[in-house]
Amino acid sequence: MTDVTLAELCIFACSEAFRGNGEIVATGVGPVPRLAAGLAKLTHTPELMMTDGEAYLVEQPVPIGPRGYDDRKAAGYLPFSRFFDSAVWTGRRHAMVTPTQIDRFGQINLSYLGGTYDKPKIQMLGVRGFPGNTIYHANSFFFPSHTARTLVPGEVDMVSGVGYNPAKRVAGGNYSGVDLRRIVTNLCVMDFGGTDNAIRVISLHPGVSFEDVQAETGFELEKGDIVETPLPGAEELDIIAILDPHGVRASVIKDNPAARST
Amino acid sequence: MSAKDIVASLSDGMTIGIGGWGPRRKPMALVREILRSDLKDLTIVAYGGADVGMLCAAGKVKKLVFAFVSLDAIPLEPWFRKARESGSLEILELDEGMFQWGLKAAAFGLPFLPCRVGLGTDLAELGGLKTVQSPYEDGETLIAMPALKLDVALIHANRSDYRGNVHLFGADVYYDEWFAKAADKAYVSCEELVDKMEDHYPDDARLNVFERCFVTGVVHMPGGAHPSSMPPAYGWDMKAFKAYAAAAKDPGDWSAVADKFVGADEDAYLNSIGGKEAVAALPLPIF
Repeated sequence: MTDVTLAELCIFACSEAFRGNGEIVATGVGPVPRLAAGLAKLTHTPELMMTDGEAYLVEQPVPIGPRGYDDRKAAGYLPFSRFFDSAVWTGRRHAMVTPTQIDRFGQINLSYLGGTYDKPKIQMLGVRGFPGNTIYHANSFFFPSHTARTLVPGEVDMVSGVGYNPAKRVAGGNYSGVDLRRIVTNLCVMDFGGTDNAIRVISLHPGVSFEDVQAETGFELEKGDIVETPLPGAEELDIIAILDPHGVRASVIKDNPAARST
Repeated sequence: MSAKDIVASLSDGMTIGIGGWGPRRKPMALVREILRSDLKDLTIVAYGGADVGMLCAAGKVKKLVFAFVSLDAIPLEPWFRKARESGSLEILELDEGMFQWGLKAAAFGLPFLPCRVGLGTDLAELGGLKTVQSPYEDGETLIAMPALKLDVALIHANRSDYRGNVHLFGADVYYDEWFAKAADKAYVSCEELVDKMEDHYPDDARLNVFERCFVTGVVHMPGGAHPSSMPPAYGWDMKAFKAYAAAAKDPGDWSAVADKFVGADEDAYLNSIGGKEAVAALPLPIF
């Protein structure tokens, strides 16, 4: 299986985050999370719901890239105009996204870097729906480039998503919906199962050591029962290829390396 | 009504909500008319795309209320970034869900609506949002999302009649209904204008997403969403978006390129991009 790419291994690892999630909306933003949600639905968790990326719910995940506009077959309807009512504010969703920064509490940032609220050094997207997503439903993250610039020391520059930071909790607030699940990177898989929801490594990609991961991380990591991240099998690779007919996944991780270096 | 009449009725310092979502179904012809005017010091409330970017670039915006500003395929709106990084904007940054909640509070004449969103993030502190405690047994602490009261809402619709019976028939109506209801006055530009809706499309009444009592004026502007998308009629114009984004770097000065992206009037603008026919031929985006 020397031809399995690291991106494909990451898709397979990300799809595990959706295993057994039930009848909720699985949202993968970006090629790897999106392919992962589709792979999960077509293999171990068929009850997952997902959209065509526009307004319709589909039972057959929509392939990435150019295709006929009407190729998707709508089974249901979930436009932006009812997304908060139906999916987000009822907790019936698991989103996997790539924020610009994440810190040791799982707080994320996609608003701005450096400077101040009134004059940011680098303006990014804005907080989008992340304050709501993170207080209401499950969230996981994918980082194609695991470095201390992304997994940052201290705290993120602008807390756009709720984490497990006790200093940020207002007395009487209901934080029962905060549910951070997995972080998949080009080096490893982590979860929030450490002391007080600390981030811990639970699997290392082939050829990567815990020390390698720690060296690229801006905060101290805990160690779970670490295994080697498994490679996708022939069935999973076939499904990934069908969902990504134009090979967009090859452009996600720098130089598109193999999962196992030779 | 003409777009000029609508813009002439606006005044400096107004709070203006703009319908649509990012690069989708934006009332760009009305935005261009504002860009041709002397209006200034506006507070803009929008799920932002090039509408926000252009108004910021032209120095029309005093304060921006937003959850994101993005062109989707070009994720970071370059003219909005320039304005933010220069420190020239007052802002209120909100979550997408809180944003529509604030419009609903305004629509119902409430000072705020409670929500959990914002707790545990920097939004509340940076935006000056207050908390409120449930008076019931649970005693839960919630964010009090203030009403986003609008002086005016601008919306681009697929179809309307002269009375303001609006039809929206894209796959998604976004939050246009709530922009209209949150505003003292809502103006609608449309692709197709008929005299009496009941004489032409009586079977389509379910497309009437908000009632005509929320519509102050209607103007016929085919192609009026360009360069944003107008499903199912036409898609966004990626070539135009790319040129617009590139201009933020080179020359980087709005006054040097405003004529290209705004035009002397709407006819001149449409002619410069190949006319209404060219807009109608733009393919729908694939997600």
